[in-house]
Amino acid sequence: MMPTIATDMQATAPGSAAATRLKQRRGRVEMLGERAIEALIHLCGFSAIIFVFGIFFFVFREGAPFLAKLNLGEFLFSTEWFPTSQTHAKYGVGALIVGTLSVTGLAMVIAVPFGLGAAVFVSEFCSGKAKETLKVVIELLAAIPSVVWGFIGLTVMSPIIIRTFQVPIGVNMFNGALLLALMSVPIMVSIGEDALKAVPDSYREAAIAMGATKWQLVWRVLLPAARNGLLAAMLLGVGRAIGETMAVLMATGHSVRIPHSIFDPVRTLTATIAAELGETSKGSDHYQVLFLIGILLFTITFVVNLAADLIVKGVKMK
Amino acid sequence: MDQGHFTETPFVRKKRRAETIAKCFFGGMAAAMVIPLILIVGYVIVQGAPSLSWEFLTTNPRLGGIRGGIWSALVGTIYIVTISLCVSAPIGVLSAVYLNEYARDNWFTRIVNLAVVNLAGVPSIVHGLFGLGAFVYAAGMGKSILSASLTLAIMTLPVIIASTKEALAAVPVSFREACWNVGATRWQTIRRIVLPNSISGILTGVILQVSRTAGETAPVMLTGVATFKAIESTGLLLYNPVKDQCMALSMHLYYIATQANNAASSLPYAIATVLIGVVLAVNATAIGMRAYLRSRKKW
Amino acid sequence: MAIQPKIEVHDLRLSYGTREVIHGISFDIREHEIFGIIGPAQSGKTSLLRCINRTIEFNANARVSGTVTVDGESVRMVKNVYEFRRKIGMVAPLPVGLPLSIYDNVAFAPRCAGMTAKSDLDGLVEKCLHQAALWDEVKDRLDSLGTKLSGGQQQRLTIARALSHQPEILCLDEFSIAIDPVTTMRIEEVLKELRKEMTIILVTNLTQQARRLADRTMFLWNGEIIELDVNDIIFGNHPKDRRTYDYVMGIFG
Repeated sequence: MMPTIATDMQATAPGSAAATRLKQRRGRVEMLGERAIEALIHLCGFSAIIFVFGIFFFVFREGAPFLAKLNLGEFLFSTEWFPTSQTHAKYGVGALIVGTLSVTGLAMVIAVPFGLGAAVFVSEFCSGKAKETLKVVIELLAAIPSVVWGFIGLTVMSPIIIRTFQVPIGVNMFNGALLLALMSVPIMVSIGEDALKAVPDSYREAAIAMGATKWQLVWRVLLPAARNGLLAAMLLGVGRAIGETMAVLMATGHSVRIPHSIFDPVRTLTATIAAELGETSKGSDHYQVLFLIGILLFTITFVVNLAADLIVKGVKMK
Repeated sequence: MDQGHFTETPFVRKKRRAETIAKCFFGGMAAAMVIPLILIVGYVIVQGAPSLSWEFLTTNPRLGGIRGGIWSALVGTIYIVTISLCVSAPIGVLSAVYLNEYARDNWFTRIVNLAVVNLAGVPSIVHGLFGLGAFVYAAGMGKSILSASLTLAIMTLPVIIASTKEALAAVPVSFREACWNVGATRWQTIRRIVLPNSISGILTGVILQVSRTAGETAPVMLTGVATFKAIESTGLLLYNPVKDQCMALSMHLYYIATQANNAASSLPYAIATVLIGVVLAVNATAIGMRAYLRSRKKW
Repeated sequence: MAIQPKIEVHDLRLSYGTREVIHGISFDIREHEIFGIIGPAQSGKTSLLRCINRTIEFNANARVSGTVTVDGESVRMVKNVYEFRRKIGMVAPLPVGLPLSIYDNVAFAPRCAGMTAKSDLDGLVEKCLHQAALWDEVKDRLDSLGTKLSGGQQQRLTIARALSHQPEILCLDEFSIAIDPVTTMRIEEVLKELRKEMTIILVTNLTQQARRLADRTMFLWNGEIIELDVNDIIFGNHPKDRRTYDYVMGIFG
C-alpha cells in the first residue's frame, strides 16, 4: 500500500531541496476561482443592506407622488378614512393607527405574562425530554402560517367569542389580539429563555444557599437580572405583532373606527393595505396612499427592531 | 442524624409547597399557550381530514375554486417555494459565510448585521408592496410566479442568514486556526473544513423555510398569485414561471374562507389541514436532521 | 560570526486595542538551534509566535510595529503569505485533530499547497507520522477520524501536520500542557531528532523542559525580555537578572 521508507528518504533528502520541496504551485485556475468566489461572498455579504434600501426605495417610489398633496398632520391623526369617495376622498389613518396599536397592545397584555411565564417554566422548571418536547411544541406554534391562524380566528374562535361573551360580532379586536398573542409567544419564549440562560448559575446557587424559595429566586433574582433580554424579547414580539397581516385581516373585522370596547371590530394598517390595494388602479391617489402607509409601517417596525437589537447587544456585552 | 436522613421540619414542608406552587403557576402559563394550540389545530385537522384524498390533491379546482380539488394550488405552491429557495438559499448562505468568516469587527459589519435584523422585521405586506413596485412594475416582470418567488426570496433571506451563521459558528475556532497555521487560505479553510462540517445545520435552516414560504399569503397576493387558475397544460412545465400567474395553497385558503360563496364548509378546513400537514412534515424532518446531526458529531 | 540569524526580531511592539502586550523587544534566533522561551502566563509568548508566522493578522484589533525578519526578508514583505506560513510549523497548546481521517489530517497542508499525486501524498503522510512517533499506533487505521484519538495522539498528529509542509522553523507553544508525561517524553525525543533539519522555537511553562532541550533560552515577562542567554547561565546559579533566578527556582510564576 505505501511506498517503502527507503525510497522516501532518498526522495526527500535535505540536499535536494529545490527539486523535492513541496509542490508550492497552486494551479492558476484554482487561484482565480478562489478570487472569484471570494468576490461573490463579499457581494452577498452586502446584499442585506442593498435589499433594505431597495425595499424602502421601491415602496417610497410608488407612493411619493402623493407626498406633494399630503398634509402630514391630517394623514396621521385624522380618523376619516374615505379613500373611495368620488368627491371628498379623505386619507386619515388615525383610526387605523389606533386599530394597530390597540390590537397589538391587547395582544401584548395577554402574551407578555404568558410568554415570560412559559419562558421561566422552560428555563427553570423543566429538563431533559420534557424540555425538548415543550420547546418543539412551541416551535410548531411559531411555524403555523398566519393565514391558518386567521382562518381559525374567523371560523373557530369567532363563534366561541360570540357565545362566551354575548357580543354580536366575533371578528373584533379581542379575536385578533388572541391570535397575535399566540403568534408572538414563541419568539418571546425563545429569546426570554436565552436571556434567562445567560444569567450565571452563581446567582441561582447564591440565592438557594441563602434559603430562597424557587418563587423568590424567580421574582427577586432571575427576572431583574435578565431584565434586558426579556425587554428585548417583548419588543421583538411587538414588532412581530405590528407587522402581522393575514391573521388580523381575517379576524378583526372591517370597521375603520376608533373602538370603544375590546369587542369592537377594528382595522389595522397592514390589513388595510392587503384589503384595498387590489381594488385600486396603479398611480391613483388611493394606490399611492396605501404605499405611504407601507412606508409608515416600515418605519415603525424599523424603530422597534432597532431598539430591540440595541438592547440585546447590551445583554450580550455583559 | 445517625439514621442518615433529615427530619422534615414544617419549614422544609412549607418551602416544598412554595416550590410546587411556583412550578404549577409557571407550568400553567406554558400550558395555557400550548393546550389551546393542540386543541385548535386538532379541531381543524379533524374537520378537514375527511375531505383529504389522493383525488382531492390531484384534481383541478372548478367553478372559480369552490369545487373540485386543489391540484393547481398545490403545484403553484411547489413552484413558488422551489424558485424562491433556489434564489434565497445561495445568497443567504454566502452572505452568512461573509459575516461569520470574513467580516471584521468594525462599524460596517455592524451596519450589515443591523440590515439583516431589520430585513427580518419588515412586515409581510410591505414585502408585497416592494415586490409590486420592484419586480412587477420596475423590472417589468408583471404579476407572475417569478415576481412572487423573488419577493418571497427576499423575505426568507434574513432567516437563512441567521440560521447559517449559527451553523458556521458551531464549528470550533481551533479548527480554523489549525488550518491557518499550515498556510491554508480563508477560502480553503471554509471549503475543506468549515462548510462540510456545518452543511447539515445549514440544510436544516433552509428546509425550515419551506414551511414558512408555503404559508405566506400577503407578499404573493399582490405579486403573482391569482384566486383561480386551473392548470391546463400537460407538458412537463405545468406553469411558465415568467409569464403565468398561479394559485397557491395559502391564497386559496384566504379566498375560500373570506370571499367565496357557496363553497363546501369543509373545503377551507381541508386546505388548512394540508398546510398544517406541510408544516408538521417539514418541522419533523428538521428535528430528525438535528437529532441525526447530534449523533454523528465528528468532534 | 557573520552568519545571518534565521530569525531576527527588532523592536517588536504588539497591542490589542489600547493594551500593549509586547513592549519593543529585539532578539535573534540562530539556525538549527532549539530556542526556548519561558515566562509566566500572559507574558506575550503566544502572541510573539503569532507575530512570526503572521497569524496575528486574524485577530481584528491587533496592531504590530517593528520588524520580524526570516532569512533576511521581512515577514511583511513576503510575496505569498500562505507559502510563507508553510515555512513555519506551529503546534498549539491544546491538541487539535481536524475532523478528517488521520491520513487527510496530515495530507491537508500538502493538498492546500497543490500536491495531488497519491503516491507523493502517501509517502509524505507516512514520513511525517514516523517523524512524529505516531506511525506505529495508527498505521492500520489511517481512515479513522483524527478527532477520536487520545490527547497525546492528537498532539502528535498536530506535529505530523506541522511537519507535512516541510517547515524550516518549528514553533511549539506549550505543547505538553494537555498531554501525559510519557507522550511528552516521546515528543521531546522527536524534537531532538528534528533539530538536525530545522530551527525549533520552544515556548514552555515548564522551565525544566527548556533546560532539557534548549540551547539558549529567553525569559519573557510582561512583554519584555528579562534575560536571554545560553542555558548554562539562565539555569545556573548566577543568571544576570535576579528575576530570572527567582522564576527558574519557582519563587514566582
